[in-house]
Amino acid sequence: MAQLRCENISVGYEDGIVVSDVSFELNRGDYVCIVGENGAGKSSLLKGILGLAKIQSGKIEYGDGIGRADVGYLPQQKDYQKNFPATVKEVVMSGFLNKMGLRPYYNKAEKEKAMAILQDFGMADYVKASFGSLSGGQKQRVLLARALCATDKLLLLDEPTTGLDPVATEELYELLKRLNREKKTTILMVSHDLNKAVSDAGLILHVNKRSGCGYFGPADKYLDSEAARHFLGLDCKDNKDEAETKSGNEADNGSGRKSPLLDKVEKGERYV
Amino acid sequence: MFDTLKLLFSYDFIVRAMVAGGLVALCCALLGVSLVLKRFSMIGDGLSHVGFGALSVAAVMNVAPLAIAIPVVIVAAFFILKLGKDSKVQSDSAIALVSSVAIAIGVTVTSLSGGLNTDVYSYMFGSILAMSRTDVYISAALSVVVLILFFVFYHKIFAITFDSDFAKATGVKAEFYNMLIAVLTALTIVVGMRIMGTMLISSLIIFPTLSASAVVKGFRKVVIISGIVSVVCFFAGLYSSYSFNLPVGASIVLANFVVFSILMIVGKILRK
Repeated sequence: MAQLRCENISVGYEDGIVVSDVSFELNRGDYVCIVGENGAGKSSLLKGILGLAKIQSGKIEYGDGIGRADVGYLPQQKDYQKNFPATVKEVVMSGFLNKMGLRPYYNKAEKEKAMAILQDFGMADYVKASFGSLSGGQKQRVLLARALCATDKLLLLDEPTTGLDPVATEELYELLKRLNREKKTTILMVSHDLNKAVSDAGLILHVNKRSGCGYFGPADKYLDSEAARHFLGLDCKDNKDEAETKSGNEADNGSGRKSPLLDKVEKGERYV
Repeated sequence: MFDTLKLLFSYDFIVRAMVAGGLVALCCALLGVSLVLKRFSMIGDGLSHVGFGALSVAAVMNVAPLAIAIPVVIVAAFFILKLGKDSKVQSDSAIALVSSVAIAIGVTVTSLSGGLNTDVYSYMFGSILAMSRTDVYISAALSVVVLILFFVFYHKIFAITFDSDFAKATGVKAEFYNMLIAVLTALTIVVGMRIMGTMLISSLIIFPTLSASAVVKGFRKVVIISGIVSVVCFFAGLYSSYSFNLPVGASIVLANFVVFSILMIVGKILRK
Protein backbone atom coordinates (compact mmCIF):
# COMPACT_ATOMS: atom_id res chain seq x y z
CA MET A 1 0.00 0.00 0.00
CA ALA A 2 1.21 3.51 -0.82
CA GLN A 3 2.38 5.86 1.93
CA LEU A 4 0.94 8.85 0.16
CA ARG A 5 -1.53 8.91 -2.69
CA CYS A 6 -2.56 12.07 -4.45
CA GLU A 7 -5.49 11.79 -6.81
CA ASN A 8 -6.19 14.62 -9.25
CA ILE A 9 -5.28 17.26 -6.70
CA SER A 10 -5.47 20.95 -7.56
CA VAL A 11 -3.83 23.51 -5.32
CA GLY A 12 -4.61 27.20 -5.34
CA TYR A 13 -4.69 30.48 -3.48
CA GLU A 14 -7.28 33.21 -3.41
CA ASP A 15 -6.40 34.45 -6.87
CA GLY A 16 -6.70 31.14 -8.69
CA ILE A 17 -5.51 27.62 -9.12
CA VAL A 18 -1.75 27.17 -9.40
CA VAL A 19 -1.39 23.44 -9.96
CA SER A 20 -4.16 21.22 -11.17
CA ASP A 21 -4.87 17.61 -11.71
CA VAL A 22 -1.73 16.06 -10.31
CA SER A 23 -1.85 12.38 -9.48
CA PHE A 24 0.93 10.23 -8.10
CA GLU A 25 1.72 7.88 -5.29
CA LEU A 26 4.69 7.35 -3.02
CA ASN A 27 5.72 3.98 -1.66
CA ARG A 28 8.13 3.33 1.17
CA GLY A 29 11.70 4.06 0.10
CA ASP A 30 10.79 6.00 -3.04
CA TYR A 31 12.96 8.93 -4.05
CA VAL A 32 10.88 11.29 -6.15
CA CYS A 33 11.96 14.59 -7.69
CA ILE A 34 9.39 17.15 -8.74
CA VAL A 35 10.61 19.12 -11.74
CA GLY A 36 9.00 21.71 -13.97
CA GLU A 37 9.24 25.27 -15.16
CA ASN A 38 9.56 28.25 -12.86
CA GLY A 39 6.12 29.12 -11.58
CA ALA A 40 4.69 25.73 -12.51
CA GLY A 41 3.56 25.32 -8.92
CA LYS A 42 6.07 22.76 -7.65
CA SER A 43 6.36 24.41 -4.22
CA SER A 44 2.60 24.97 -4.11
CA LEU A 45 2.09 21.27 -4.69
CA LEU A 46 4.22 20.46 -1.62
CA LYS A 47 2.39 23.12 0.37
CA GLY A 48 -0.92 21.62 -0.66
CA ILE A 49 0.14 18.19 0.56
CA LEU A 50 1.29 19.72 3.86
CA GLY A 51 -1.89 21.69 4.34
CA LEU A 52 -0.20 25.09 3.93
CA ALA A 53 -2.08 25.86 0.73
CA LYS A 54 -5.66 24.95 -0.03
CA ILE A 55 -6.46 21.78 -1.93
CA GLN A 56 -9.19 22.92 -4.30
CA SER A 57 -10.13 19.48 -5.57
CA GLY A 58 -8.96 15.88 -5.60
CA LYS A 59 -7.91 13.88 -2.60
CA ILE A 60 -4.85 12.97 -0.58
CA GLU A 61 -4.65 9.65 1.20
CA TYR A 62 -2.06 8.41 3.67
CA GLY A 63 -1.41 4.72 4.19
CA ASP A 64 1.23 2.16 5.13
CA GLY A 65 1.36 3.30 8.75
CA ILE A 66 1.82 6.95 7.79
CA GLY A 67 -0.42 9.73 9.03
CA ARG A 68 -0.58 13.43 8.54
CA ALA A 69 1.81 13.92 11.48
CA ASP A 70 4.49 11.63 10.03
CA VAL A 71 5.58 14.03 7.32
CA GLY A 72 8.89 15.87 7.70
CA TYR A 73 9.30 19.14 5.85
CA LEU A 74 12.34 21.14 4.77
CA PRO A 75 11.00 24.49 3.59
CA GLN A 76 12.85 27.15 1.65
CA GLN A 77 14.83 29.37 4.00
CA LYS A 78 13.44 32.77 4.78
CA ASP A 79 15.32 36.05 4.88
CA TYR A 80 14.66 36.84 8.51
CA GLN A 81 16.16 33.53 9.64
CA LYS A 82 19.63 34.76 8.71
CA ASN A 83 20.18 36.62 11.98
CA PHE A 84 17.61 34.84 14.08
CA PRO A 85 18.79 34.37 17.67
CA ALA A 86 18.29 30.62 18.05
CA THR A 87 20.73 27.88 18.91
CA VAL A 88 21.10 24.81 16.71
CA LYS A 89 19.59 22.75 19.53
CA GLU A 90 16.51 24.95 19.75
CA VAL A 91 15.94 24.71 16.00
CA VAL A 92 16.42 20.95 15.81
CA MET A 93 14.28 20.20 18.85
CA SER A 94 11.35 22.11 17.38
CA GLY A 95 10.97 19.17 15.01
CA PHE A 96 9.37 17.20 17.86
CA LEU A 97 6.44 19.59 18.17
CA ASN A 98 4.06 17.26 16.35
CA LYS A 99 4.59 14.57 18.98
CA MET A 100 4.25 16.84 22.01
CA GLY A 101 0.55 17.53 22.16
CA LEU A 102 0.02 19.65 25.26
CA ARG A 103 3.23 18.57 27.00
CA PRO A 104 5.14 21.85 27.38
CA TYR A 105 8.70 20.47 27.51
CA TYR A 106 10.83 18.02 25.53
CA ASN A 107 11.62 14.71 27.20
CA LYS A 108 14.92 12.94 27.56
CA ALA A 109 14.38 10.47 24.73
CA GLU A 110 13.71 13.35 22.35
CA LYS A 111 16.86 15.17 23.42
CA GLU A 112 18.93 12.02 22.87
CA LYS A 113 17.41 11.41 19.47
CA ALA A 114 18.12 14.98 18.37
CA MET A 115 21.74 14.63 19.53
CA ALA A 116 22.11 11.33 17.68
CA ILE A 117 20.88 12.87 14.44
CA LEU A 118 23.19 15.87 14.80
CA GLN A 119 26.08 13.52 15.52
CA ASP A 120 25.24 11.56 12.40
CA PHE A 121 25.21 14.76 10.34
CA GLY A 122 28.57 15.90 11.72
CA MET A 123 26.95 18.82 13.54
CA ALA A 124 27.42 17.67 17.14
CA ASP A 125 29.98 20.40 17.86
CA TYR A 126 27.52 23.09 16.87
CA VAL A 127 24.71 22.25 19.29
CA LYS A 128 25.11 25.52 21.19
CA ALA A 129 26.12 27.63 18.20
CA SER A 130 23.70 30.20 16.89
CA PHE A 131 21.81 29.14 13.80
CA GLY A 132 22.58 32.45 12.11
CA SER A 133 26.34 31.93 12.36
CA LEU A 134 26.35 28.67 10.37
CA SER A 135 27.23 28.32 6.71
CA GLY A 136 24.50 27.67 4.17
CA GLY A 137 25.21 23.95 4.02
CA GLN A 138 25.30 23.61 7.80
CA LYS A 139 21.99 25.45 8.08
CA GLN A 140 20.37 23.03 5.67
CA ARG A 141 21.75 20.07 7.59
CA VAL A 142 20.28 21.51 10.79
CA LEU A 143 16.90 22.00 9.12
CA LEU A 144 17.11 18.48 7.73
CA ALA A 145 17.84 17.21 11.23
CA ARG A 146 14.78 19.10 12.45
CA ALA A 147 12.66 17.44 9.76
CA LEU A 148 14.02 14.04 10.81
CA CYS A 149 13.04 14.71 14.42
CA ALA A 150 9.49 14.95 13.14
CA THR A 151 9.80 11.69 11.22
CA ASP A 152 12.22 9.56 9.27
CA LYS A 153 9.46 7.97 7.22
CA LEU A 154 8.53 10.61 4.69
CA LEU A 155 10.42 13.83 3.89
CA LEU A 156 9.19 16.68 1.73
CA LEU A 157 11.93 19.06 0.59
CA ASP A 158 11.57 22.35 -1.25
CA GLU A 159 14.64 23.15 -3.36
CA PRO A 160 17.02 22.32 -0.51
CA THR A 161 20.19 23.27 -2.38
CA THR A 162 19.22 26.84 -3.28
CA GLY A 163 22.09 29.16 -2.48
CA LEU A 164 24.55 26.41 -1.55
CA ASP A 165 28.02 26.15 -3.05
CA PRO A 166 28.81 23.07 -5.17
CA VAL A 167 30.51 21.19 -2.32
CA ALA A 168 27.68 21.76 0.14
CA THR A 169 25.16 20.88 -2.56
CA GLU A 170 26.90 17.58 -3.24
CA GLU A 171 27.09 16.82 0.51
CA LEU A 172 23.40 17.43 0.96
CA TYR A 173 22.50 15.18 -1.96
CA GLU A 174 24.75 12.46 -0.55
CA LEU A 175 23.06 12.79 2.83
CA LEU A 176 19.63 12.43 1.24
CA LYS A 177 20.73 9.42 -0.79
CA ARG A 178 22.09 7.80 2.36
CA LEU A 179 18.88 8.41 4.33
CA ASN A 180 16.89 7.01 1.46
CA ARG A 181 19.07 3.91 1.22
CA GLU A 182 19.75 3.16 4.89
CA LYS A 183 16.56 4.23 6.62
CA LYS A 184 14.23 3.73 3.69
CA THR A 185 13.12 7.32 4.13
CA THR A 186 10.71 8.23 1.38
CA ILE A 187 11.78 11.47 -0.28
CA LEU A 188 9.68 13.89 -2.28
CA MET A 189 11.84 16.82 -3.37
CA VAL A 190 11.26 19.87 -5.52
CA SER A 191 14.41 20.38 -7.53
CA HIS A 192 15.70 22.74 -10.16
CA ASP A 193 18.73 20.56 -10.74
CA LEU A 194 17.53 18.30 -13.51
CA ASN A 195 20.77 16.36 -13.95
CA LYS A 196 20.89 15.47 -10.29
CA ALA A 197 17.21 14.61 -10.26
CA VAL A 198 17.62 12.18 -13.10
CA SER A 199 20.75 10.59 -11.65
CA ASP A 200 19.73 10.33 -7.97
CA ALA A 201 15.97 9.96 -7.90
CA GLY A 202 14.16 6.78 -8.77
CA LEU A 203 11.10 8.61 -9.99
CA ILE A 204 10.38 11.94 -11.60
CA LEU A 205 7.19 13.93 -11.33
CA HIS A 206 6.98 16.66 -13.95
CA VAL A 207 4.51 19.42 -13.18
CA ASN A 208 3.30 21.74 -15.91
CA LYS A 209 2.12 25.26 -15.38
CA ARG A 210 -1.65 25.09 -14.86
CA SER A 211 -2.09 21.90 -16.83
CA GLY A 212 -1.06 19.35 -14.28
CA CYS A 213 0.98 16.25 -14.41
CA GLY A 214 3.27 16.05 -17.42
CA TYR A 215 5.13 12.92 -16.46
CA PHE A 216 5.25 10.55 -13.54
CA GLY A 217 7.48 7.55 -13.85
CA PRO A 218 11.00 6.16 -13.68
CA ALA A 219 13.77 8.74 -13.84
CA ASP A 220 15.70 6.92 -16.54
CA LYS A 221 12.77 7.09 -18.94
CA TYR A 222 11.98 10.72 -18.16
CA LEU A 223 14.28 12.25 -20.75
CA ASP A 224 12.50 10.36 -23.51
CA SER A 225 9.14 11.71 -22.46
CA GLU A 226 7.11 14.36 -24.21
CA ALA A 227 7.10 16.54 -21.08
CA ALA A 228 10.88 16.54 -20.80
CA ARG A 229 11.35 17.45 -24.43
CA HIS A 230 9.04 20.43 -24.10
CA PHE A 231 10.64 21.43 -20.81
CA LEU A 232 14.10 21.39 -22.32
CA GLY A 233 12.88 23.17 -25.39
CA LEU A 234 14.29 20.61 -27.74
CA ASP A 235 13.11 17.74 -29.74
CA CYS A 236 16.12 15.55 -29.27
CA LYS A 237 17.10 14.24 -25.87
CA ASP A 238 20.86 14.62 -26.21
CA ASN A 239 21.30 18.17 -24.99
CA LYS A 240 20.00 17.63 -21.51
CA ASP A 241 22.71 19.85 -20.07
CA GLU A 242 20.86 22.85 -21.38
CA ALA A 243 18.13 22.21 -18.88
CA GLU A 244 19.52 24.48 -16.22
CA THR A 245 20.20 27.44 -18.43
CA LYS A 246 16.64 27.46 -19.62
CA SER A 247 14.06 28.57 -17.20
CA GLY A 248 12.80 32.15 -17.24
CA ASN A 249 11.86 32.45 -20.90
CA GLU A 250 10.51 28.98 -21.08
CA ALA A 251 8.23 29.54 -18.15
CA ASP A 252 6.39 32.28 -19.99
CA ASN A 253 5.64 30.65 -23.28
CA GLY A 254 5.72 27.11 -22.00
CA SER A 255 2.03 26.89 -21.36
CA GLY A 256 1.31 28.03 -24.89
CA ARG A 257 2.69 24.87 -26.43
CA LYS A 258 0.69 21.94 -25.24
CA SER A 259 1.76 18.40 -25.65
CA PRO A 260 -0.77 15.84 -26.82
CA LEU A 261 -0.27 14.11 -23.49
CA LEU A 262 -1.69 17.08 -21.66
CA ASP A 263 -4.69 17.61 -23.87
CA LYS A 264 -6.66 15.01 -22.06
CA VAL A 265 -6.24 16.76 -18.72
CA GLU A 266 -7.18 20.14 -20.15
CA LYS A 267 -10.43 21.49 -18.85
CA GLY A 268 -10.35 25.08 -20.04
CA GLU A 269 -12.91 26.64 -17.73
CA ARG A 270 -10.91 25.80 -14.63
CA TYR A 271 -7.95 27.93 -15.53
CA VAL A 272 -7.77 31.56 -14.70
CA MET B 1 18.63 58.26 46.70
CA PHE B 2 17.07 56.14 49.41
CA ASP B 3 15.00 59.09 50.55
CA THR B 4 13.83 59.76 47.02
CA LEU B 5 12.75 56.15 46.70
CA LYS B 6 10.89 56.33 49.97
CA LEU B 7 9.13 59.47 48.85
CA LEU B 8 8.41 57.83 45.51
CA PHE B 9 6.58 54.97 47.16
CA SER B 10 4.48 57.31 49.27
CA TYR B 11 2.58 58.61 46.23
CA ASP B 12 -0.35 56.48 45.19
CA PHE B 13 -0.16 57.47 41.53
CA ILE B 14 3.52 56.56 41.35
CA VAL B 15 2.95 53.16 42.91
CA ARG B 16 0.17 52.53 40.42
CA ALA B 17 2.40 53.66 37.55
CA MET B 18 5.15 51.37 38.81
CA VAL B 19 3.00 48.27 39.14
CA ALA B 20 0.91 48.66 36.00
CA GLY B 21 3.75 50.11 33.91
CA GLY B 22 6.27 47.50 35.04
CA LEU B 23 3.87 44.71 34.10
CA VAL B 24 3.12 46.35 30.76
CA ALA B 25 6.86 46.67 30.11
CA LEU B 26 7.28 42.95 30.80
CA CYS B 27 4.39 41.99 28.49
CA CYS B 28 5.65 44.28 25.73
CA ALA B 29 9.11 42.73 25.91
CA LEU B 30 7.86 39.12 25.74
CA LEU B 31 5.34 39.74 22.98
CA GLY B 32 7.94 41.88 21.23
CA VAL B 33 10.35 38.96 20.92
CA SER B 34 7.96 37.17 18.61
CA LEU B 35 6.85 40.29 16.74
CA VAL B 36 10.33 41.73 16.19
CA LEU B 37 11.96 38.47 15.12
CA LYS B 38 9.13 37.80 12.68
CA ARG B 39 9.69 41.28 11.21
CA PHE B 40 6.39 42.52 12.55
CA SER B 41 7.85 45.30 14.73
CA MET B 42 5.68 47.98 13.26
CA ILE B 43 2.46 46.33 14.37
CA GLY B 44 2.96 47.91 17.81
CA ASP B 45 3.37 51.31 16.25
CA GLY B 46 0.24 50.88 14.12
CA LEU B 47 -1.87 49.68 17.02
CA SER B 48 -0.80 52.56 19.27
CA HIS B 49 -1.90 55.05 16.61
CA VAL B 50 -5.24 53.31 16.39
CA GLY B 51 -5.37 53.50 20.18
CA PHE B 52 -4.81 57.24 19.97
CA GLY B 53 -7.68 57.64 17.53
CA ALA B 54 -9.98 55.60 19.74
CA LEU B 55 -8.98 57.42 22.94
CA SER B 56 -9.52 60.83 21.32
CA VAL B 57 -12.97 59.80 20.17
CA ALA B 58 -13.73 58.47 23.65
CA ALA B 59 -12.56 61.74 25.24
CA VAL B 60 -14.85 63.77 22.97
CA MET B 61 -17.80 61.48 23.57
CA ASN B 62 -17.06 61.58 27.28
CA VAL B 63 -17.10 57.81 27.79
CA ALA B 64 -14.64 55.55 29.59
CA PRO B 65 -11.54 55.52 27.35
CA LEU B 66 -10.75 51.81 27.65
CA ALA B 67 -14.32 50.75 26.81
CA ILE B 68 -13.85 52.18 23.32
CA ALA B 69 -10.12 51.77 22.82
CA ILE B 70 -9.84 48.06 23.67
CA PRO B 71 -12.38 46.70 21.14
CA VAL B 72 -11.25 49.13 18.43
CA VAL B 73 -7.60 48.20 18.79
CA ILE B 74 -8.36 44.48 18.81
CA VAL B 75 -10.34 44.86 15.59
CA ALA B 76 -7.41 46.82 14.13
CA ALA B 77 -5.02 44.00 15.09
CA PHE B 78 -7.16 41.49 13.17
CA PHE B 79 -7.39 43.89 10.27
CA ILE B 80 -3.63 44.51 10.05
CA LEU B 81 -2.82 40.79 10.16
CA LYS B 82 -5.47 40.03 7.53
CA LEU B 83 -4.39 42.86 5.24
CA GLY B 84 -0.79 41.81 5.58
CA LYS B 85 -1.56 38.31 4.34
CA ASP B 86 -3.38 39.60 1.28
CA SER B 87 -0.70 39.96 -1.35
CA LYS B 88 -2.33 43.05 -2.83
CA VAL B 89 -1.41 45.24 0.15
CA GLN B 90 2.02 44.76 1.72
CA SER B 91 1.95 44.50 5.49
CA ASP B 92 4.16 47.57 6.03
CA SER B 93 1.89 49.69 3.83
CA ALA B 94 -1.14 48.21 5.56
CA ILE B 95 0.17 49.32 8.95
CA ALA B 96 1.09 52.79 7.68
CA LEU B 97 -2.38 53.20 6.18
CA VAL B 98 -4.18 52.11 9.31
CA SER B 99 -1.96 54.34 11.54
CA SER B 100 -2.41 57.52 9.59
CA VAL B 101 -6.14 57.08 9.13
CA ALA B 102 -6.52 56.49 12.88
CA ILE B 103 -4.48 59.59 13.75
CA ALA B 104 -6.45 61.62 11.21
CA ILE B 105 -9.73 60.53 12.77
CA GLY B 106 -8.46 61.30 16.27
CA VAL B 107 -7.18 64.76 15.35
CA THR B 108 -10.30 65.65 13.33
CA VAL B 109 -12.68 64.64 16.10
CA THR B 110 -10.59 66.51 18.66
CA SER B 111 -10.48 69.73 16.65
CA LEU B 112 -14.22 69.59 15.94
CA SER B 113 -14.81 69.48 19.66
CA GLY B 114 -12.63 72.48 20.50
CA GLY B 115 -8.99 71.63 19.98
CA LEU B 116 -6.24 69.79 21.80
CA ASN B 117 -6.90 69.42 25.49
CA THR B 118 -4.55 68.06 28.12
CA ASP B 119 -6.04 64.57 27.85
CA VAL B 120 -5.22 64.30 24.18
CA TYR B 121 -1.76 65.77 24.73
CA SER B 122 -1.00 63.14 27.34
CA TYR B 123 -2.19 60.38 24.99
CA MET B 124 0.42 61.58 22.52
CA PHE B 125 3.41 61.75 24.85
CA GLY B 126 2.33 59.90 27.95
CA SER B 127 1.78 60.93 31.52
CA ILE B 128 2.90 59.60 34.85
CA LEU B 129 -0.57 60.34 36.20
CA ALA B 130 -2.31 58.17 33.65
CA MET B 131 -2.60 54.88 35.47
CA SER B 132 -5.85 54.25 37.32
CA ARG B 133 -6.76 51.40 39.63
CA THR B 134 -8.51 49.64 36.71
CA ASP B 135 -5.28 49.81 34.71
CA VAL B 136 -3.45 48.06 37.50
CA TYR B 137 -6.00 45.22 37.42
CA ILE B 138 -6.01 44.96 33.63
CA SER B 139 -2.24 44.96 33.36
CA ALA B 140 -1.95 42.36 36.12
CA ALA B 141 -4.43 40.09 34.33
CA LEU B 142 -2.69 40.65 31.00
CA SER B 143 0.73 39.79 32.32
CA VAL B 144 -0.61 36.60 33.90
CA VAL B 145 -2.00 35.56 30.50
CA VAL B 146 1.20 36.49 28.68
CA LEU B 147 3.38 34.65 31.20
CA ILE B 148 1.22 31.52 30.99
CA LEU B 149 1.39 31.71 27.22
CA PHE B 150 5.17 31.87 27.34
CA PHE B 151 5.56 29.10 29.89
CA VAL B 152 3.08 26.61 28.49
CA PHE B 153 3.38 27.28 24.77
CA TYR B 154 7.01 28.36 24.71
CA HIS B 155 8.13 25.81 22.13
CA LYS B 156 5.16 26.48 19.90
CA ILE B 157 5.87 30.21 20.05
CA PHE B 158 9.47 29.53 19.15
CA ALA B 159 8.38 27.38 16.22
CA ILE B 160 5.90 29.86 14.77
CA THR B 161 8.38 32.69 15.23
CA PHE B 162 11.30 30.87 13.66
CA ASP B 163 9.45 29.13 10.86
CA SER B 164 5.68 29.33 10.75
CA ASP B 165 5.46 27.14 7.63
CA PHE B 166 7.24 24.29 9.36
CA ALA B 167 5.16 24.79 12.49
CA LYS B 168 1.95 24.69 10.48
CA ALA B 169 3.12 21.62 8.57
CA THR B 170 3.70 19.80 11.85
CA GLY B 171 0.21 20.66 13.04
CA VAL B 172 0.68 23.82 15.14
CA LYS B 173 -2.20 26.24 14.71
CA ALA B 174 0.13 29.08 13.77
CA GLU B 175 -2.65 31.45 12.75
CA PHE B 176 -4.33 31.07 16.11
CA TYR B 177 -1.11 31.87 18.01
CA ASN B 178 -0.30 34.80 15.74
CA MET B 179 -3.76 36.19 16.36
CA LEU B 180 -3.43 35.59 20.09
CA ILE B 181 -0.12 37.45 20.16
CA ALA B 182 -1.63 40.32 18.17
CA VAL B 183 -4.65 40.59 20.47
CA LEU B 184 -2.49 40.51 23.61
CA THR B 185 -0.23 43.13 22.05
CA ALA B 186 -3.27 45.27 21.30
CA LEU B 187 -4.43 45.08 24.94
CA THR B 188 -0.96 45.75 26.31
CA ILE B 189 -0.55 48.77 24.08
CA VAL B 190 -3.88 50.31 25.03
CA VAL B 191 -2.98 50.06 28.70
CA GLY B 192 0.64 51.11 28.25
CA MET B 193 0.27 53.94 25.77
CA ARG B 194 -1.27 56.31 28.29
CA ILE B 195 1.84 56.25 30.44
CA MET B 196 4.29 55.92 27.52
CA GLY B 197 2.48 57.95 24.89
CA THR B 198 1.29 56.96 21.42
CA MET B 199 4.52 58.00 19.80
CA LEU B 200 6.77 56.11 22.19
CA ILE B 201 5.05 52.87 23.24
CA SER B 202 6.33 50.83 20.28
CA SER B 203 9.87 51.22 21.59
CA LEU B 204 8.88 49.06 24.58
CA ILE B 205 8.17 46.29 22.08
CA ILE B 206 11.23 46.71 19.89
CA PHE B 207 14.14 47.79 22.12
CA PRO B 208 14.27 44.89 24.63
CA THR B 209 14.48 42.23 21.91
CA LEU B 210 17.18 44.11 20.02
CA SER B 211 19.14 44.73 23.22
CA ALA B 212 18.94 41.07 24.21
CA SER B 213 19.83 39.70 20.78
CA ALA B 214 22.93 41.89 20.77
CA VAL B 215 24.50 39.86 23.57
CA VAL B 216 22.98 36.36 23.52
CA LYS B 217 22.30 33.95 20.71
CA GLY B 218 19.62 31.54 21.93
CA PHE B 219 15.89 32.20 21.75
CA ARG B 220 15.28 31.28 25.39
CA LYS B 221 17.98 33.67 26.58
CA VAL B 222 16.64 36.44 24.37
CA VAL B 223 13.19 35.98 25.93
CA ILE B 224 14.53 36.10 29.50
CA ILE B 225 16.98 38.96 29.00
CA SER B 226 14.56 41.13 27.08
CA GLY B 227 12.06 40.78 29.91
CA ILE B 228 14.67 41.84 32.46
CA VAL B 229 16.01 44.70 30.33
CA SER B 230 12.53 46.04 29.74
CA VAL B 231 11.51 46.09 33.39
CA VAL B 232 14.84 47.56 34.54
CA CYS B 233 14.70 50.30 31.90
CA PHE B 234 11.12 51.06 32.84
CA PHE B 235 12.02 51.65 36.48
CA ALA B 236 15.18 53.58 35.60
CA GLY B 237 13.13 55.82 33.30
CA LEU B 238 10.37 56.31 35.84
CA TYR B 239 12.90 57.14 38.55
CA SER B 240 14.76 59.72 36.48
CA SER B 241 11.50 61.16 35.25
CA TYR B 242 10.47 61.76 38.83
CA SER B 243 13.82 63.01 40.12
CA PHE B 244 14.71 65.32 37.23
CA ASN B 245 11.16 66.26 36.32
CA LEU B 246 11.35 64.80 32.81
CA PRO B 247 8.53 63.44 30.65
CA VAL B 248 8.08 59.82 31.70
CA GLY B 249 7.66 58.12 28.30
CA ALA B 250 10.69 59.84 26.84
CA SER B 251 12.85 58.96 29.87
CA ILE B 252 11.95 55.29 29.53
CA VAL B 253 12.75 55.27 25.82
CA LEU B 254 16.08 56.96 26.47
CA ALA B 255 16.89 54.45 29.23
CA ASN B 256 16.19 51.68 26.71
CA PHE B 257 18.38 53.41 24.17
CA VAL B 258 21.29 53.70 26.58
CA VAL B 259 21.04 50.02 27.55
CA PHE B 260 20.74 49.03 23.89
CA SER B 261 23.89 51.01 22.99
CA ILE B 262 25.86 49.51 25.85
CA LEU B 263 24.77 45.96 25.00
CA MET B 264 25.58 46.49 21.32
CA ILE B 265 29.14 47.46 22.26
CA VAL B 266 29.41 44.59 24.75
CA GLY B 267 28.15 42.22 22.06
CA LYS B 268 30.72 43.49 19.55
CA ILE B 269 33.53 43.00 22.07
CA LEU B 270 32.33 39.53 23.07
CA ARG B 271 32.22 38.40 19.47
CA LYS B 272 35.84 39.37 18.86
